[in-house]
Amino acid sequence: MSDSLVVTVLVALLGGALRVSTPFMFVALGECLTEKSGRVNLGLEGTLVFGAMSAYATSYHTGSPWLGVLAAGLAGAALGALHGFVCKLPRVNDIAIGIAMMLFGTGVAFFFGKAYIQPTAPRLGAIALGDWTGDPKVATALQVNPLLLIGLATALIMWWAFANTRWGLVLRMSGDSAPAARAMGVSVDLVRFLATLSGGFLAGVGGAFLSLYYPGSWNQGLSSGQGLMAVALVIFARWNPLRCVAAAMLFGAAGAIGPALQSVGVTQGYYFFNAAPYILTLLIMVASAGSRQASREAPGELSITK
Amino acid sequence: MDDAILSLTQPKVRALSLETIGMTKIFGPLVALDDVSLKIEAGSFHALLGENGAGKSTLVKCIMGFYQADGGSLLLGGGEVNVRNPRDARAMGLGMVYQHFTLAPCLTGAENLVISRADAPTFINWAREKKRLDAFLERMPFRAPLDVPVSSLAAGEKQKLEILKLLYLDQRLLILDEPTSVLTPQEADEILGLLRGMTERKEITVVMITHKFREVTAFADSLTVLRRGRMVGAGKVADIPTEEMARMMIGDTQIAARAIRSQNAAGETVLELAALVAKGEEDKDVLDRVNLKIRAGEIVGVAGVSGNGQSQLVEALSGQREIADGRILVRGRPFEPTRDAFFKLKIFGLPEEPLKNAAVPRMSVAENMAFRSFDRPPNAKFGWWLSAAPMRARARDLISRYRVKTQSPDTPIGDLSGGNVQRAVLARELSDEVDVLIVANPCFGLDFASVAEIRAQIMEQRNRGAAVLLISEDLDEILELADRVAVMSEGAISYVAPVGETDRATIGMHMAGHA
Repeated sequence: MSDSLVVTVLVALLGGALRVSTPFMFVALGECLTEKSGRVNLGLEGTLVFGAMSAYATSYHTGSPWLGVLAAGLAGAALGALHGFVCKLPRVNDIAIGIAMMLFGTGVAFFFGKAYIQPTAPRLGAIALGDWTGDPKVATALQVNPLLLIGLATALIMWWAFANTRWGLVLRMSGDSAPAARAMGVSVDLVRFLATLSGGFLAGVGGAFLSLYYPGSWNQGLSSGQGLMAVALVIFARWNPLRCVAAAMLFGAAGAIGPALQSVGVTQGYYFFNAAPYILTLLIMVASAGSRQASREAPGELSITK
Repeated sequence: MDDAILSLTQPKVRALSLETIGMTKIFGPLVALDDVSLKIEAGSFHALLGENGAGKSTLVKCIMGFYQADGGSLLLGGGEVNVRNPRDARAMGLGMVYQHFTLAPCLTGAENLVISRADAPTFINWAREKKRLDAFLERMPFRAPLDVPVSSLAAGEKQKLEILKLLYLDQRLLILDEPTSVLTPQEADEILGLLRGMTERKEITVVMITHKFREVTAFADSLTVLRRGRMVGAGKVADIPTEEMARMMIGDTQIAARAIRSQNAAGETVLELAALVAKGEEDKDVLDRVNLKIRAGEIVGVAGVSGNGQSQLVEALSGQREIADGRILVRGRPFEPTRDAFFKLKIFGLPEEPLKNAAVPRMSVAENMAFRSFDRPPNAKFGWWLSAAPMRARARDLISRYRVKTQSPDTPIGDLSGGNVQRAVLARELSDEVDVLIVANPCFGLDFASVAEIRAQIMEQRNRGAAVLLISEDLDEILELADRVAVMSEGAISYVAPVGETDRATIGMHMAGHA
């Protein structure tokens, strides 16, 4: 492979990372928020798909993709609220509810989404960050969606707020030691309900990106497990929003390996390379299972780490 | 907040007085508190004594607003108050240190303190808060590290931080629930002494739940004794001898005579631990080359502040924790903790929290009692065909011999009270010939009568010639039972001495790791 081909692949990888990573990022940030409060919401895969459908449908009917984004967030928040409410009931396991919510979310999305597979809805635009380079390839790679920037800002705000606001401390306390939070008069259930709801909102917005920007259409195979991978990604990122962004970029780049190699004519093992994110998820789970650092930084109340 | 901090240094009486009148609390058929009236003067150091289940916790939970009393009233600083929930209690200046820590482990000390404030700011200006915290610590008689996550603090530091938190919140009446169970004798004396100083300056009132008479006589000035939900005695500590306190706590219950120690000649070494190493979280050596020899017919008591590897030692010996290095020798032969080896070498044990470590709560008492023998005749034919009848017959025999209070041998063992679970497991472990007995905190949370009985059983095994390893966080228990004392500190045995040739102070020094 010559130098220019390597550059092409790298640029494609960069573009892929910027493009593909956004839904990972939103779902991971949502899950990070939920898990920091001491609860796991495995249902975000369903939230992502349902958000994608809601965004597409709203955009199609109103003509405004940004209303679609808002609708996706609200739809996600509704699913998150349902999860949060059910988990408040006594002797309910959040993992089992999460799996049920995942199936519920995708099922509902497919049910209402049938009518929107054919029509074309207005999509989100892009911001060209790379035009100054004069290189068309780089310019294409650097075309980013405003949602990516919003995601980055959300990550920064979350990271800052965890350490510097009362809400952040109360959230971490609820996730770390429910008895301590209760002794302070904090309603742990309410904190977790709100965190699950907000996490659902973020995941829903991630879904809007899928249907309204990249790949930019609504169909049933849209998410292909990205919501589930994002949950794994939170563990890899050790519950730090900034590391969630980095991990999402890594997954995005892994997802772009197949198309990037195809763009320079390497077609052998296309499907294998497309499976890279899944393989990466497996490797990360194995690696982080043995990591004592990860187990120390895990919120103490999580049912998966207890 | 600034005003509150400043006022701590002012000489006026800030301590609160507390009085309950006819406090009653009923849980279904159980009267947990029966017409309890007690009076605690402002600025006193009051001890609340009583056995487990006497109603001490219920009383303070009613005071703190966790429970609503079914009758009676609460007076604070002379005026009647209505505490509806813990938040109310906090606003009135009532603070409590619980037996388990209530600091969030992942948060730093500073974060824990600031967030516990009712008026914690929405956006926290850390530079300003740090300055205020430093100013606050300046005025305090003791301090604790604030910049590291609480999970990395030692138990003593956590306990100090808990108390600092209450003072930071400007609480003027502190209720301490067995505050010294996780501390070395020196740390306990230091913290209680400092609190005592604050009560003498009338800055705070302290109510301490305890069952350690030593702490009562050394630090408290007044006391109340509860028994079965009723107040059975109160007065100045100076006027009541400890024998009287004990009599008030236990009432007319007959206590088994103190275990008699027979004079045996020192036997051969039966159990030997040679440089035992085990790993814990983060690959740390939780057992760091433990060396210990126990002879036949002696009890070696392992003392130590909890969390210095005692639980891990028991786990390693009972096969619950992998041994990374070193060896266990029984009568000079290497020993692997397997079921067969336990059986052949006659090694038995009573781990701490037996319901968790030595029993299956949902299985019946009879089944739990057969754990050692269910696959051997007469309980089993051909090694796999089990018959319930002999198991149940044997369980009946053990239940009556060890006076286990259970409805039937078929009751799930999890339904039994703590003392009866302990007796049931002990019955299983002691019913055969015992060569080695490993016991951990056998009397934790039991009433006087059960304690005396279980200690007598342990002593009897020693007198019969068993080698007994007794691991206990209760130094008095070790001093009563052991022939030799070993101290465990940071995962290693740091000190061994015959019980007659050492004293509480020396043991305490080694427990703290300064020696």
